[in-house]
Amino acid sequence: MTDLSVNIAGIKMKNPVMVASGTFSCDYADFIDLDKIGAVISKSVTLKPRKGNPPPRICETPSGMLNTIGIENPGIDAFIKKDLMCFSSFSSPLIVSIAGETLEEYIELASRLDGESRVNAIEINVSCPNVEKGCISFGVDPLATIELVRAVKKETKKPVIVKLTPNVGDIKLVAQAAEDGGADAISAINTVLGMSIDIKTRKPKLSMGVGGLSGPAIRPIAVRMVREISKAVKVPVIGIGGIMNADDAIEFILAGASAIQVGTGNFVNPRAAIEISKGIEKYLASNKFSSIKDIIGLAPDTR
Amino acid sequence: MKYQEIATVVSASKPASEHIVLHLKSPKIAKTAKPGQFVMALCGNSTDPLLRRPISFHDIDRKRSIVTLMFKVLGNGTRYLSMLKKGDKLDLIGPLGNTFSIASARSTPVLIGGGAGIAPLLPLGRTYKKRAIVIIGTNTRSAMLAEEEFKASGCRVMVTTDDGTSGVKGTVLDALKTIKEKDLKIFACGPRPMIKTLQFYCASRNIDCEVSLEEWMACGIGACYGCTVETRKGYKKVCSDGPVFDIKELI
Repeated sequence: MTDLSVNIAGIKMKNPVMVASGTFSCDYADFIDLDKIGAVISKSVTLKPRKGNPPPRICETPSGMLNTIGIENPGIDAFIKKDLMCFSSFSSPLIVSIAGETLEEYIELASRLDGESRVNAIEINVSCPNVEKGCISFGVDPLATIELVRAVKKETKKPVIVKLTPNVGDIKLVAQAAEDGGADAISAINTVLGMSIDIKTRKPKLSMGVGGLSGPAIRPIAVRMVREISKAVKVPVIGIGGIMNADDAIEFILAGASAIQVGTGNFVNPRAAIEISKGIEKYLASNKFSSIKDIIGLAPDTR
Repeated sequence: MKYQEIATVVSASKPASEHIVLHLKSPKIAKTAKPGQFVMALCGNSTDPLLRRPISFHDIDRKRSIVTLMFKVLGNGTRYLSMLKKGDKLDLIGPLGNTFSIASARSTPVLIGGGAGIAPLLPLGRTYKKRAIVIIGTNTRSAMLAEEEFKASGCRVMVTTDDGTSGVKGTVLDALKTIKEKDLKIFACGPRPMIKTLQFYCASRNIDCEVSLEEWMACGIGACYGCTVETRKGYKKVCSDGPVFDIKELI
């Protein structure tokens, strides 16, 4: 019997496959059994409602896509009042992603969510490249990361995951800072800053010029960073970056991820999370591993 | 209810040099599809193109469980779809989005399609039959689409071309101006400049008009917020708030 269950930072999950922030909503219930997903991470919520960036917000790139959504969301009040209701219709763990412009905003978001029983954990988004203030400015600075994570941890008893940006010189330093601040787990990576230009109009394809690159195009970058982080910290690492199928997910686990998140892959296949979970189970069974724990970080550094 | 369904290509044809029509056996989606709605079609098993392509229903045949898609071949996604042959499988998500509303019994429905924008209007032609006036605008005669299908449904069809090779030489607006009937209800789809012109015309004459918009989409079901357009009520998602909008709401 293969054991797919994992306990990441105290969050008990049936399987290691989660769905990433900003790429999933209750609208997926028509296509996929939400109870069979390892955990759902909700779209980042901010203190006040955010209108988001002007269109065009997305464009396709080779094996990837760029986005500059700008965290359009109804704000924490409406999130708690309305969005949490739909998340209560299924039993998989719910991890709420929070994004702030200031330290104080993150603190308030964490404290507002601490009393919500449906919320199993908090993911701190310090990695969105598409908002002007805060957010990524914490994630590129190890000292700001420590201070932020420490402050959020004080406000909540719930496990705290920190989602890192790849748009830094040395991601290990930020990961260690997050761990030193008290992070219970680290998820990586958020999107890679990119740009695409329409040669007919000679203008950027996205309204804001630049945006975040996601999809299979960033996978090797993500695998490398997950590897580096998992060697540098003791807390579990959740791998994210262009995972489309079980093979991709297994690659991240062999690199050192204890669980994974599917993001852009949900758009292509709404059932991706369940199919990936089944694929991992099959891989473990056919290679005679009894648990996913047996293969975490199993790949050597060099060939 | 939305479905992910593996459809089978019943037939594929090329009504104009750059356009493709696919008839797809897709029982679940055909059963609930409504005029104005669309599917997200998976363009192959590779990661390039990565995203599904949104394509609206050009025809819905509930009895035979067939939906028809018509599109212009523009990039690598539609190029993949253009190579599908009878018997091939196609992974669809649908039916998605809102629908055109129903024209009141007193009104005259006017269906205006620019280029491939005529595609989502055929189901309305099938509904309103003789009551409907259809204006099909293209740049030239060889790019004319769906004229026969509308005529077969009993609609009164007017044709405009930029170069005058078929019908009235001019734009869809030139044809619209010749309509004598009062109490028009316009349903339109086409390039942005056409929609802008229509918006101005409808506002000046207080004509009701619904337009179907096209945008790049990632999820197609309202989760990613990638396909928003600016409206008088703020940003709206083309995939789930639309694709059909009251023209007065658009900015």
